[in-house]
Amino acid sequence: MTVSGVTAQPQARPVAKRALLGVGKGIRKVAEALATPLLPEDFLDLINPLGSGADLRGRVVAVQPEGPGATTVTIRPSRGWVPHTPGQYTRIGIDVDGVRLWRAYSITSPVGGSTFTITVRRIPDGKVSNHVARALRPGSVIHLDRATGDFVLPYPPPAKVLFLTAGSGITPVMGMLRNRPLPADVVVVHSAPTAQESLFLAELRTLDAAGRIRLVTRFTADDGILTPDQLDGVVPDWREREAWACGPAAMLDDAESHWEAAGLRERLHTERFRAAVVAVGDGGAITFDQSERTVEADAATTILDAGEDAGILMPAGCRMGICFNCVLPLTEGSVRDLRTGELTTADPQDPVRIQTCVSAAAGACRITI
Amino acid sequence: MTSTAVRSNRITTTTPQAQAETSSSGKPNPIAHLSPEEIEAIGRELDTLRDEVLASRGAKDAEYIRGMIRTQRILEAASRIVLLFSKFPPAFLVGTTGLTLAKILENTEIGHNILHGQWDWMRDEKIHSSTWEWDFASPAEQWKRSHNVEHHTYTNVIGMDNDLGYNIMRVDPEQEWELKHLFQPVTNFFTALFFEYGIAAYDMQLKEWKDGKRPHDEFMADLKNMLTKLSKQVTKDYVVHPLLSGTSALTTLAANAIANTLRNVWTHSVILCGHLPEGVETFETESIEGETRGEWYLRQMLGSANITGSKLMHVLTGNLSHQVEHHLFPDLPSNRYAQIAPRIREIMERHGLRYVTGPLHQQVGSAWKKVFRYSLPNKREGVNRWREVAAAAREAIGDVVENTRGIWRPQRRAVAMA
Repeated sequence: MTVSGVTAQPQARPVAKRALLGVGKGIRKVAEALATPLLPEDFLDLINPLGSGADLRGRVVAVQPEGPGATTVTIRPSRGWVPHTPGQYTRIGIDVDGVRLWRAYSITSPVGGSTFTITVRRIPDGKVSNHVARALRPGSVIHLDRATGDFVLPYPPPAKVLFLTAGSGITPVMGMLRNRPLPADVVVVHSAPTAQESLFLAELRTLDAAGRIRLVTRFTADDGILTPDQLDGVVPDWREREAWACGPAAMLDDAESHWEAAGLRERLHTERFRAAVVAVGDGGAITFDQSERTVEADAATTILDAGEDAGILMPAGCRMGICFNCVLPLTEGSVRDLRTGELTTADPQDPVRIQTCVSAAAGACRITI
Repeated sequence: MTSTAVRSNRITTTTPQAQAETSSSGKPNPIAHLSPEEIEAIGRELDTLRDEVLASRGAKDAEYIRGMIRTQRILEAASRIVLLFSKFPPAFLVGTTGLTLAKILENTEIGHNILHGQWDWMRDEKIHSSTWEWDFASPAEQWKRSHNVEHHTYTNVIGMDNDLGYNIMRVDPEQEWELKHLFQPVTNFFTALFFEYGIAAYDMQLKEWKDGKRPHDEFMADLKNMLTKLSKQVTKDYVVHPLLSGTSALTTLAANAIANTLRNVWTHSVILCGHLPEGVETFETESIEGETRGEWYLRQMLGSANITGSKLMHVLTGNLSHQVEHHLFPDLPSNRYAQIAPRIREIMERHGLRYVTGPLHQQVGSAWKKVFRYSLPNKREGVNRWREVAAAAREAIGDVVENTRGIWRPQRRAVAMA
């Protein structure tokens, strides 16, 4: 009954293979007729939730603390998983108190093998991160999305590289440092509140001792934040390096203007975990017309969050305004883009497709879903 | 779809008829003894109860519905496999029983309740009112429209609630008697047998279309969807599964037909029990104008009837045995109705309102009694009911004769006109 081997490929195939494909398609049709209104996969799921043809899922193999305040989760993905490129992230869907919540995490393990790892920093009041730290057990099945993201090293890697990281911003960089070949000359400038709270510090120091990287650490609780003008002091040749920066929004904003001022903007690659919010909406009643639901949302609540809280199946992706998976038509009223403060207004004759993950209501508005 | 869509937010009542001792037709008003403040307080108390349940939904509830779906699918798959050998009587018996139970669970505890949005809060795209499709002739989308919006909004309002009973039958003395009602015990029996097709036709809103109240394009699109769904359903149960059974084809076909029919009769009975048994109130159109939230709750409570029984019986009715609780809170997870039932009953009894409930056989009997009783005109002083029926029949026959006169002589007429 398993027919997932049937994937369309453009090139011509020998007759025998084509015949086999035809048979496969026929079997699929019969299986669908047998299972309607469900899909054959719904029954195969009963036997093996990680089998081929099923949705992308993963089984948790191990859950280990990664120093204080962080947890590394080892996941065995189902058959549909496409190996990631170092530096990429994936979205994980976990049921917390019965509600499925999706979050994006950088992949921290080397490429290859049947498992991969993510490292989750615990955020105070963070529903998912606290669940991962306290309640997630090996054996549980979680939901996955394809690995994605542009925060990756090109191939071949540039000779001289600077990684500028702070806090959990080290996670995508760790994903890169654990792979080979590494660029010949790597400098890692990593900030954390204290040495104790610094993720992967021992491993970074080992790499440093082995001469694979040069590690510069900054423990901000004692030494204060590393400002861009201090960069000349710790990495004098930063201008000659291709740079990858990941960390809190304020740090990335500073780095971007610093590189910009030096006329080197195109040498800096950044990854944000959250959209940089500069504006607030005005709040208002959001009507999700096809779902026949209306909710009051405040100025800081994105339309995506408001819809999800109302139990609507909102399309979503990166949740920070990059991937455009969450786009829906605004058919009435106004919304404000939380990153730019820009106001978008639509009427039924002139609907506008908006990114729900970075937009908040600016007065009453109507979204089609 | 949600109860917020149908609940009015006005709290205080200004409707004079809510306070009247009797309705315009002389029926005693079951809430006449309650002051507007008391009605308002009941509304608040029920809102609090609802919020309490909403706040306590969690992993255990999610486990419940996933377990239920899993059990149903295993039961269905296993029964279908057993039916591959249905020419052997024991296999036929076991497979048919299993498939009937699986189909009942699929329609009631799983399908009906998911389509009410009871599990939307889990944000599981597979168990969601907007994505679920069920093993029933009527497409989920069309059923949701007619059931969730119209029936749950206008529950038991004569002339507005087109749910089973008030649409094709006469089940209340306030409904005008017509000759067609004479046959309703027979039509109701056949409706039970072919229930899923009846519902599919009903969800098409044929009458609205005929009266020009439904756009023709919309109707045709719905019709196409319905026929596509119907043909898939029929192909599955009456073509593909029997063919796959090889030499057991005919017995598998019979088993599937029996399972569908028993499921139809069962769901029909459960639904009869929901609003028709003795003691359930009906309402008049004017009584819901400007209805407050408290009054809406009262109408739902008084317009519904429960069924008592074992845990298995509750599950097999999709917890519609807690019809009162379901009508108050259509989108609360069904596994919680049993938990709040004693508190609802207490609230109703405290306020002198009748909580109608009884065992299945009694409620089904009570509903059928109405079907028979109201197939005849109301008893009135000095009028022989049978004379009334005979007069109506004569009139109808006269109409037929009148309308068909000349029907066999079209040729001559055509010539004459030429």
